[in-house]
Order: sequence, then structure tokens, then C-alpha cells
Amino acid sequence: MRRKKQKPESVTARKDNFSRRDFLKGASVAVSSGLLVTEAKAARSPAGPEAVAGPGRVAMTLKVNGRPHKVNLEPRVTLLDALRDYLDITGAKKVCDRGVCGACTVILDGKPVYACNVLAIQAEGHEIVTVEGLTHAGQLHPVMSAFVEHDGQQCGFCTPGFVVACKAFLDKHPNPTMDEIEAGLGGNLCRCGTYVGIRPAVLEAAQAMKGGKANA
Amino acid sequence: MIGQRISRVDGPAKTSGQAKYTYDVNLPGMLYAKILGSPYAHAKITALDTSAAESMPGVKAVRKIQDVGAEIQWAGDEIVAVAAESEDTARDALDKIKIEFEQLPFLVNEEDLSRAGDHAKAAGTEKSGDPDKAFSDPEAVISEGYYGIATITHCCLESHGSVADWTAPDTLKTYFSTQNVSGIPGEVGEALRQANIDVKNNNIETICQYVGGGFGSKFSADRWGVENARLAKLANKPVKLLLERDIDLIVAGARPSSYAKVKVAAKKDGTIVAWQSDSWGTGGPAGTTMPPLPYVFTGIPNKVTRHTSVSTNTGPARAWRAPNHPQAAVLTMCALDDLAAKLKMDPLEFFSKNADLAGERGKVYQEELQKAAELIEWQKYWHPRGQQTPGSMKRGLGISLHTWGGRGHNSSCNVNIHPDGSVELDLGSQDLGTGTRTVITIVAAETLGLPLEAIQLNIGDTKYPPSGASGGSTTVGGVSASSRRGCVDARDQLFAVVAPSLGVPADQLIAAEGKIQVKGDSSKSLTWKQACAKLGVKSIQVTGKNPGPCSLGSSGVGGVEMADVSVDPETGIVKINKMVCAQDCGLIIDLKTAESQCYGALIMGITYALFEQKIMDDVTGRMLNPDMEFYKLAGIGDIGELVVHMMTGPGYDERGTIGLGEPPVISPGAAISNAVANALGVRVPTLPITPEKVLAALEKGEIS
Repeated sequence: MRRKKQKPESVTARKDNFSRRDFLKGASVAVSSGLLVTEAKAARSPAGPEAVAGPGRVAMTLKVNGRPHKVNLEPRVTLLDALRDYLDITGAKKVCDRGVCGACTVILDGKPVYACNVLAIQAEGHEIVTVEGLTHAGQLHPVMSAFVEHDGQQCGFCTPGFVVACKAFLDKHPNPTMDEIEAGLGGNLCRCGTYVGIRPAVLEAAQAMKGGKANA
Repeated sequence: MIGQRISRVDGPAKTSGQAKYTYDVNLPGMLYAKILGSPYAHAKITALDTSAAESMPGVKAVRKIQDVGAEIQWAGDEIVAVAAESEDTARDALDKIKIEFEQLPFLVNEEDLSRAGDHAKAAGTEKSGDPDKAFSDPEAVISEGYYGIATITHCCLESHGSVADWTAPDTLKTYFSTQNVSGIPGEVGEALRQANIDVKNNNIETICQYVGGGFGSKFSADRWGVENARLAKLANKPVKLLLERDIDLIVAGARPSSYAKVKVAAKKDGTIVAWQSDSWGTGGPAGTTMPPLPYVFTGIPNKVTRHTSVSTNTGPARAWRAPNHPQAAVLTMCALDDLAAKLKMDPLEFFSKNADLAGERGKVYQEELQKAAELIEWQKYWHPRGQQTPGSMKRGLGISLHTWGGRGHNSSCNVNIHPDGSVELDLGSQDLGTGTRTVITIVAAETLGLPLEAIQLNIGDTKYPPSGASGGSTTVGGVSASSRRGCVDARDQLFAVVAPSLGVPADQLIAAEGKIQVKGDSSKSLTWKQACAKLGVKSIQVTGKNPGPCSLGSSGVGGVEMADVSVDPETGIVKINKMVCAQDCGLIIDLKTAESQCYGALIMGITYALFEQKIMDDVTGRMLNPDMEFYKLAGIGDIGELVVHMMTGPGYDERGTIGLGEPPVISPGAAISNAVANALGVRVPTLPITPEKVLAALEKGEIS
């Protein structure tokens, strides 16, 4: 009685985008070479195969929820710490810091990633969406409303990660089966045990998002 | 509204990321603190030099929590705390600390008593009736077995810690990840004064609006919480100290293990007559007390229990949701299930028949057994142990019963009705995700006849009147009573003010549907706003308390859970098909959040039944899995179908509010273990029931 499982969506290291190996080899993940070349704080050498940033703080711009933020960070700072410690954007939570539990899930160019497994400098030049970016004019996103209705939250610490992962999942799988939902959200853990509420919440959010009431 | 399914009032804040937890607090100029813990399970510090860390750029304060000469009793124990301008700098500074130890012998694994030496200490024997006689009766049917459940930890998703901010030299504002808001200032104040830092409890404010889990591990400020306040004073800047995940799993609490050799006897008709147990376990350096044995069936007439406490060099235990009861359930319900199998009796019949040995809740158990059996389709899926389900997967069912107290704790609630019609309630309580905010709001709204949105509830701050810690499942009984009494008194004061305008005595008024109206004549009414306007310039301010006049709650619940599993005898993997919970808790205020407590507890139970365990290494004395990859929590695909039935109506509602947070987490381990035994025909003796253990039990092939 083997279940056929789908691969979970939130895979962090993808060949075409930001694998650590590429970064270490110096392949440019930061697209805006103009910024690299002209930046006054020259802790970086120009873009190219030998591009090296740091040690010591480096100027970078992170585009979060549509807004650019200028920060000076050491290259070793994760996107998660950049958001939480330097930008006071605290929706994404720090729980395992090892790319296992999903509480830090954010969306990078439309793909859900563990922010603790992405360096802030890798995320430069990319679109970062956090849970805060999913509400518009104070209105809850359909995923959020569905979570509230079906009680998909208790202490709430895993909840932003789940909401973001759900949203990204439903963008790719607008008509999911329950098996697909369970596989797709297998990268998010909850200690309080809210899964029984989350399951119907995802189905309800799928309906709401198809109905055109969704916020992007 | 009482007893309806009402959505959690803080759901929007949590889902939108607006809810701020202690870990989220960022203050201007705030520093980050990290802790250096002992690498050794048992050692004396022989040298400690923090000078290189202190002089590192960006490091603003260093505290030697333990110094040369201190004896460490578990790996991970905090030795030095460093506060620096960034988390990375603080971590770098830890590497610069020079420390030397004299390593000492240690014990970190307690299951094999023969290796415990003088770490094992006899902890008493209790006897009642004549067990020897009962066991030697030739008519008695006897079952003997070995059962156990390993040490686990709390693994709250928000780790332990605090932010400390001295807003003046003698005034401390702290944010704590805690389930005991009202208790923190006293503990921190006392500890600081003992360290010659002059601060009054009144000048310590503790704030916790949202906390990422507690489960019993967050009652105390902890030594690192006090040290954080000291760092902040040294650095003259706010400091945030939240434990890293590994240290949190290693030191910030554990649930003690329990192992036992159990012998039980029954008459041929299934009546249990005797119990004998030799148990042992550990809760760290202090060992552990015996769980309540025999569990639930306290009326067994002949009993002898012996216990050995094993002291280990592991992070100390803390209360873990229903302390000692999950262990008691495994040791008791598994032994009794094996006895039922020996009697060739259906366990449903066996447990039901013996329900009168459970004391005053015998009837409740019978009702819950019946209800749960119906929901899990017991008659359809149960089979005697000897028979196995055809096909490669083996299916089985199992039962466990549990009990808990849950009387409401002391609580004070300030109720304010303002002339503009706004209503504010203040309590120094906390909501761990149990739904406390929602319950209080419902009680207030119901009492005052207002919609939920009209109630502004303030909790999570010691500037509000004290309430008890959220432990022992005592919160709902406490806060619902204090808020109820406060709202009744406030409402009655409002009635007294508006009664003349409506031309009736105050006792003829009711508050409903947003109005103050005359009983039986809704045309004679004032809107809530009109009524409050008559207060003039003075608000109504009342404090409701628990305990107080007229009993609003009680104590003592039962609970039955059943598991339906399928086991793959080739891989050893246990799959949960379905779990059913039939639970009573007196009068339910919000059915939605009550059910969520039970669903969550079932999931936590599946996790400790199958996946989680603190794995200690005999060679290094360290925890091998202080991370969330190998300290495994159930995921959304691991839980199967979960069904919860709350027992309500006559016999239940009139008992008033009783706490619910703990009881439903007690039985899943035992129920799942019994279901696996039913499926396979052999007992996997200890939890977690890992594939490796399933295969080992099948290979061994004996029924305990």
C-alpha cells in the first residue's frame, strides 16, 4: 500500500537559480551589476566570475513586498536574519535555522524558500514576498481568512510560514487533491498540531483564489 | 454564544504576521546575546578566560554564569553569556572564550538499569490489599510484560528567552516567552536583588502578548532570563536572548522517561484483581518520581508498586503537558491490553467491564468508550490478536483511558465600561494558543449582550491584574470565572444607572442584542451606547475574581482515545488510519477552540508514539538529535483521519468550566501501542514505536 508522493514544493537549492555551489564559484546571482560596480562601500569587487563580497559588511538592496530596502550586511547573514533583525519584518519566524521546519518560508521570485537557507546577498535583485506582503489595505488574504475560519492556528508561531507556503503552493496547484496538499505542505511543521484545521483551510483558499477574490 | 463554534479572535493577527512574539521584539540599540554551554555531561570547570571575547569589537557585555570550580551536571548547561551588536558577532565571541574542564564520569541512558550503578536509587514501595495472595490464586489469569516510554522534550517552536530593557536604572521592562506572565516579575526581582541589583518587583514589567508554545516548559524566568537582565544592565542597552534551537532542545525541559515490569491479574470473567509494577525512569539529575500507577483503575483491590529513580546527566525535566500521565497511561493501558488478550477478551468489553474500578467517573468512561467505539467503527475493524488482517499490511485497533483535574486557578479581571460605550477587560493572563483570549471575549460578550467585536481585551502584561500561570489546565476555569463575575457586577451597576430611565427596578433588566431592555418587553430598551452615555463622565470599574461567590467550575475529567493503525511488517512503518477522542470537560465555552485542543493533542500524541525521542550518546554524553531534522515532529501527512467528540449536555454542562489543555494528550501513546499490538500480534514494548523496534519485536515473536 505505497502512497505515491509528490515532491514537496519548497526545495531551496535549485540548479537554475541559487545553488550555493554556484555562488561560491562566483557566478553572479546578483543581477544588478550597476550597483556592484558603483557602490561606494567597496567591500565587493566588480561582478564577474571572480566576484567576491565581504568579509565585513557589504551594501545591498533587498526588495521586500515591492519596496527596496538598503542594508549593510555581512555576506554570511541569512535572508531570515536580514528580514527579522535588520528590517524589523518579523512575520517569518526563526525556529530551526536549518532548513527543516518551514517557519521561515518566504517567496522568492514566486517560489517558496526557507529564508534561513538563503543568504541575504543571494536574494538581492530578486522579488522577496513575506507574509506581510500578502495582505492588502488591511484585508486578509484568502489563505489567511480560511485559516481563521477552520482554526488552522493555535500558538501561531508556524502560521506565517504555513500561510506563505500555502499561497505559493496554490499558485502552482490551484486544484489540489488532499494527497497533493499533504505532500506540498510537508515542509512545514507544527508542534501544537493545527493540521486538522489547515487541511480544509487550503481547500477553501483554493476555491476563494479561483473565484478571483484573491490578492495576486 | 456559549458552546458554539466561534473563530479564535487572534486568528487574524497570527495569520497576517502582525502578532508580535518575544522573538520578534526589536528595540533601538538592542544587542543580541548568545550562550556558551558545557560540551560535557559531567565536569568541573578548571579554567575560564573570557578576556578575548570581552575585547572583541561589537561585544558589549559578558557574564560568567558559572565560574571556575562549578560542577556541570549536563551537557549544554549555560556557562557564559555574551551580548553583542549582532547575532553573528555574539556567536563569534563564544569561540574566543577559553575554557577548560576536568571531565567526570556520567550516565545519560537509564533504560538498562544494570548500567546505572549508584545513579539508581530505590524510591519506595507501596502496597495495598494482598497482591501475593491474589497472584497465587490458581484461577487468576496473569499477564506479565515490559513497557516503557522514552524521554522527550517540549520543542516549542519559539525557543525560550527574553528581551530585557532597563528604561531607568531601577526600572526593568521585559518581554518573556512565557506561560506565566504574572509570575515573572517576582522571580526576576528576587534573583536580581540576590545579585545586589536593587530593583522592586513593582518596577519590573513583563510583557507577553503572543508565545510560540509552552507545553509546561515556560513557567520560570530561568537562569538565562535573569542573566539577560544582568547583561542589559551591564551594557546599558536592551538585550535579546533567545536560545538557539539545539540548546533549547538540550536544556530547556524534558518529559521524564518511564519503564516498568508489570504483572497484572484478572478473574476469568475479566475483572482485574491485582497489579504489581517495578518502575524506573529519569528526569535528569533529580531522577523522577513514579507515575500514578495503576493509572485510572485505582480501585484494583490488590496492588504493589516499587519505583527506582535514576539520576542522569541530562537536561532537567520540566512539566510536560499532563506531567506523568502519558507515562502512566502507557505502563497501565498496555499492560491491561495484554491481559485482555490473554483472557481472549475484546479490550472494549474488558475496559468497559472494569470501568467501576475507575472511581467516580466510571459512568463517564462507559459513555465515552461507547461513543469512541462507534466513531472508530470498532465492531467492524477489531479482530482478536491471534488473527491478523489478510494482505501485506496488518491493521489493528487500540484503546486508552485517561483522567485529569483542571480546576480554575486564581484570577483577577478588571472590567471597565466607559461612557462612550466601549468595554475593556484587563487580565495579566496569557494565551499560548489554547484560545484564552477567545474564551474571555465570549464570556464578556455573552454577559453584556454585545457582539465579540465590542469587547476590547487586554492580556499578557503585568500592568494588568494578576492571573495564574497557564499550567495544569487551570486557565479557562480561572479566567472565565473572573471575567464572568466582573462582567456581571459591571452590568448590574449599569442596570442600576439606567433603570430609572426605563421605569423599572434594576432586577427587571437584561442585556441582550446590544441593548439594555426590560425583561419580557423588548420595546422598552436603550441601546448599549445610550445606556452607557448615562454614566456621565465616570466609567464603571469592577474587579472580578476567582475564586469567588457561586461556583462556576469544577474539577475532574475522564477521556477515552482509540487508534486505528496499519503496520507494514516488512518496513516496520506504522501508519495512522484514524484516531478518535471522546473527551469531557464540563461546560464548553468555545467548541471550535476546544476541539482544536483535542486535535492538537492527538497530533502531539502521534508524535511521541511514533517519532520523537531525546537520543543521548553514551560515549560523549551529549544529545545526538538537538535539531528538527532528527528530533522528529509529525507532519501534515502523518496523522491520518482525526475525529474528536466533545461530551456535552446533561451530566456534563452543569459541572461548569473545567480545563482541557492536557487530558487529550495523555492517551494517544498507549492507544497506538495497543493498536500496533493488535495489528501484529506482538507487543512493541517501548515508545517511540520506530520501524526498527517493530521489526525487532516481530523477529523476537513473543507476545509479552
